[in-house]
Amino acid sequence: MIKRILLAMGLGVTVLLAACSGEPLNNPYSGENQSAGETLYNSFSERPKHLDPARAYSSNEYAIIGQIYEPPLQYHYLKRPYQLESLSAKELPVVRYMDKRGKELPKEAAEELIAWSEYEISITPGTQFQPHPAFARSNSGKLLYHKLSAEQLEPISQLSDFEEAGSRELIAEDFVYQIKRLVSPLTHSPISELMKQHILGLSDFEKATAKRYQQWLKESGKKHFFDLRQGEIAGVKVIDRYHYRIRIRGKYPQFIYWLAMPFFAPMAWEADSFYAQQGLIDKNITLDWYPVGTGPYLLAENNPNRRMILERNPLFHDAAYPLEGEPGDKEKGLLNDAGKKLPFIDRVVYILEKESIPYWSKFLQGYYDASGVSSDSFDQAIEFSGEGEVGLTPAMMDKGIQLQTAVTTSIYYMGFNMLDPVVGGSTERARKLRQAIGIAVDFEEYISIFLNGRGVASQGILPPGIFGNEEGSEGINHYLYDWLNNQPKRKNLEVAKRLLVEAGYPNGRARETGKPLALYFDATSSGPDDKARLNWYRKQFAKLGIQLVIRATDYNRFQSKIRNGNAQIFMWGWNADYPDPENFFFLLYGQNGKVSNGGENATNYQNSEFDRLFEQMRNGENGPERLSQIRQLQEIIRRDSPWLFGFHPKAFSLYHDWYKNLKTNLMANNRLKYQRIDSEFRNKKREEWNSPVFWPIVLIVLLLLLVFIPVWYIYRKKEQETAL
Amino acid sequence: MINYIIRRLLYMIPLLLGVNLITFVLFFVVNSPDDMARMHLGQKYVTEEAVSKWKSERGYDLPLFWNDEQEGIEKVEETIFFEKSVGLFFLNFGRSDNGRDIAADIGQRMWPSLAIALPSLIVGLLVNISFALLMVFFRASRLALWGVTLCVALMSISGLFYIIGGQFLVGKLLMLVPISGYDTGLAAIKFLILPVLIGVVGGIGSGARWYRTLFLEEIEKDYVRTARAKGLSETRVLFTHVLQNAMIPILTGVVVILPLLFMGSLLTESFFSIPGLGSYTIDAINMQDFAIVRSMVFLGSLLYIFGLLLTDISYTLVDPRVRLS
Repeated sequence: MIKRILLAMGLGVTVLLAACSGEPLNNPYSGENQSAGETLYNSFSERPKHLDPARAYSSNEYAIIGQIYEPPLQYHYLKRPYQLESLSAKELPVVRYMDKRGKELPKEAAEELIAWSEYEISITPGTQFQPHPAFARSNSGKLLYHKLSAEQLEPISQLSDFEEAGSRELIAEDFVYQIKRLVSPLTHSPISELMKQHILGLSDFEKATAKRYQQWLKESGKKHFFDLRQGEIAGVKVIDRYHYRIRIRGKYPQFIYWLAMPFFAPMAWEADSFYAQQGLIDKNITLDWYPVGTGPYLLAENNPNRRMILERNPLFHDAAYPLEGEPGDKEKGLLNDAGKKLPFIDRVVYILEKESIPYWSKFLQGYYDASGVSSDSFDQAIEFSGEGEVGLTPAMMDKGIQLQTAVTTSIYYMGFNMLDPVVGGSTERARKLRQAIGIAVDFEEYISIFLNGRGVASQGILPPGIFGNEEGSEGINHYLYDWLNNQPKRKNLEVAKRLLVEAGYPNGRARETGKPLALYFDATSSGPDDKARLNWYRKQFAKLGIQLVIRATDYNRFQSKIRNGNAQIFMWGWNADYPDPENFFFLLYGQNGKVSNGGENATNYQNSEFDRLFEQMRNGENGPERLSQIRQLQEIIRRDSPWLFGFHPKAFSLYHDWYKNLKTNLMANNRLKYQRIDSEFRNKKREEWNSPVFWPIVLIVLLLLLVFIPVWYIYRKKEQETAL
Repeated sequence: MINYIIRRLLYMIPLLLGVNLITFVLFFVVNSPDDMARMHLGQKYVTEEAVSKWKSERGYDLPLFWNDEQEGIEKVEETIFFEKSVGLFFLNFGRSDNGRDIAADIGQRMWPSLAIALPSLIVGLLVNISFALLMVFFRASRLALWGVTLCVALMSISGLFYIIGGQFLVGKLLMLVPISGYDTGLAAIKFLILPVLIGVVGGIGSGARWYRTLFLEEIEKDYVRTARAKGLSETRVLFTHVLQNAMIPILTGVVVILPLLFMGSLLTESFFSIPGLGSYTIDAINMQDFAIVRSMVFLGSLLYIFGLLLTDISYTLVDPRVRLS
């Protein structure tokens, strides 16, 4: 009875709500302000850890701050290969090379002559910061909210509770201030150590600042704002209001890519000073949660426990959709908005959605505009044609859903610890053992079983799209593959067995002792799902008669094994910071050894020939010479096989028909401003797809009534019966 | 009674200290401060210097329990355990290792959890007790047998199935309510209908069977026979006399969980995207955020002890024979 009342009440309320709004009953956004313009609905499964541009370094953090902060440069949205262009800078900076005496050198000068490289960056006058209380000033020009009293703080629970907001013009000082923040004792930037190696004087500035900070702590007891404007970085200088200069130690052409990352976005000292107030910190109002930028959007609501809302920045400077792209873009309609003012979307709502099943259902109902393809929904969404081509299922096509696939600029590899006495080292024996294993571990099968075909088996260290990656017979790893029928074909297992014999392990047994060869695979195991994967590895090694012992451990122990060089074989991955081959080859550079220097070379590979070539290649310009160096580098690591180049994952994304101007860009963080939503069409589709079905409810009520009648009859009978 | 309550409150101190100590040991057996720092600093370009900086700023560079470098009482005070535990006893949870104020987060997240848990509990109780009384009313008949069979069937189904099945049926096929989401104020109602309904239906099996057992035990007692002998109807006997006398075991189960209601449910909140406290602890464990873990375990223990105390007090209200001394 109560259940029915509850159901009826529930239905009553929903019907009432729906009747008021005239929208589908299952619309999760019906309470929202629908007239706020074009709104994009997105989600996040884990709250971003940091939104401070000096600290954020994960893709889910960049998805938000990429739309708010504007570093000097950005990647062209449409052109491929990826190209840098100016964003908050006026134009692309031209690097100048200087010798020890400060004399300019020609571009082709030898590396050892270059004492520093100089980047002079001009910014466009007139760019404004987003409206923010940190900039609010009284009529007399005094900052309003920088010394908040307890009474002023009382009614504040979120940033929007401040009545006044101000803005100011972006100046060169803001960029320099942010570079100082990278090494501030208060910030903990993940790239501080890396940048200290490159930016002249940054290390000295850090030391001086740390000292000053200790002094400040003693004197002020953390009561005031620790002002980073004091002190200078020798290599970073404000030239005038709209120009600043960065000096880089020696030659480091990749630095320009860092200028396209939020680490180098401008930061107003007012924002830092405003958020330094303890009263605001106690209310979780910090720079790490409420960004202050110059970008197309501002974070209007940040409730990481529920949702985050980006709204169009009313003070956003003039920016236009690109006028040109790569061939074919025009035909795809990607240039329909060429030259139009950005951004197109007014509001972006990110909703906390932890599980993939409800997310997928809501995507199909039209309540999310885009979706990835999880393994749960893969068969429902994707099908392979007879020729092995990927396509959408008819059900998806009926809904007008579009599929975009792209091979990511990342690599997952199986690493051999080169310090290990069995699988490591540069002896012929060890090399042949690794090559034999390389043939046996069939990553094509792995991709097909565990990734639903969403990946490309790697032929070398560079993913497609990175300079130096070569397609066709030129680009195959001929130690493990043959070129047959115009495609790479993994070598026969017999070749692997022969290599194993030459390595001294016929049939997987050591020739000297006759004992079976047992190798150890270190892995983080997070549950039963990993079991199949680990068993698969075991089977690959068993093809050669090698016993693979799985040493599953938790993430902390695994990391510590890698750091100390105690792992033997493991899986590891790398996602490119920028589209340059240096960002991959450095993972095998001897001086980056994990054990020796705590670097990113997890396999501790060391080869002097490789190191020498890498040093030549890393700072070169893309061209025939660099390509030839890359070929040689690839050849060395293919021969030495410190890694089995596993695979480059392929990203599958689904978009509804009303989502326009979509082109996969794996490098750009600020894609939202180019995209467009046709919300009228979306509303129509939502209504079409979501008309409620009431008859089963009526049926259930009738059935319950049918059951209730005999129950009532028995009840009456029982009540009336006598004891005797 | 006041003496009793004071005594019980004093017992809390060693208990909470013990819980805190166990949490601390378990957490630091699995995660070292170095691991925590690496987890927070991310995957790339993490140097030893950055790790030490992170630890020192958050006070994780001290020894765990005993500081040999200090003198006198500071040997104990200048340790991670002391520094991180003392505040808890004054309900000062401090900041998470990510820098957010934990008390503010708990304050914000407890309401959505409560918005699901409270109606689920009340409606669930009403449904379960009524269903159990009906089974007792029709005891030894086919109807009761079918009722018990239904309960066993409902009990045998996993909670996750109710959630996914409920979302599929009501949200996806019938399209009557949103599949997941949350809103504030009255707009939250449409998001709460399905999780509450699922919570109630999912709990009928075990709940109704449990109450049925309690009532069956009561129904054989002398006072019931006397009530029947007085000529009271079976309905009156059950809903007034039996129900009242079965209150003590019912209260034992219900009052103790009352303070814990706002701690939320992990599965329900994850699948329905309810921004509650259900996943707060699990997320913190995954992120190796010790500050949150210790605060939540401490709060959980405190509320449980408080719940037990409330249960004892409630006994005196429903049964005049019970005296707390």
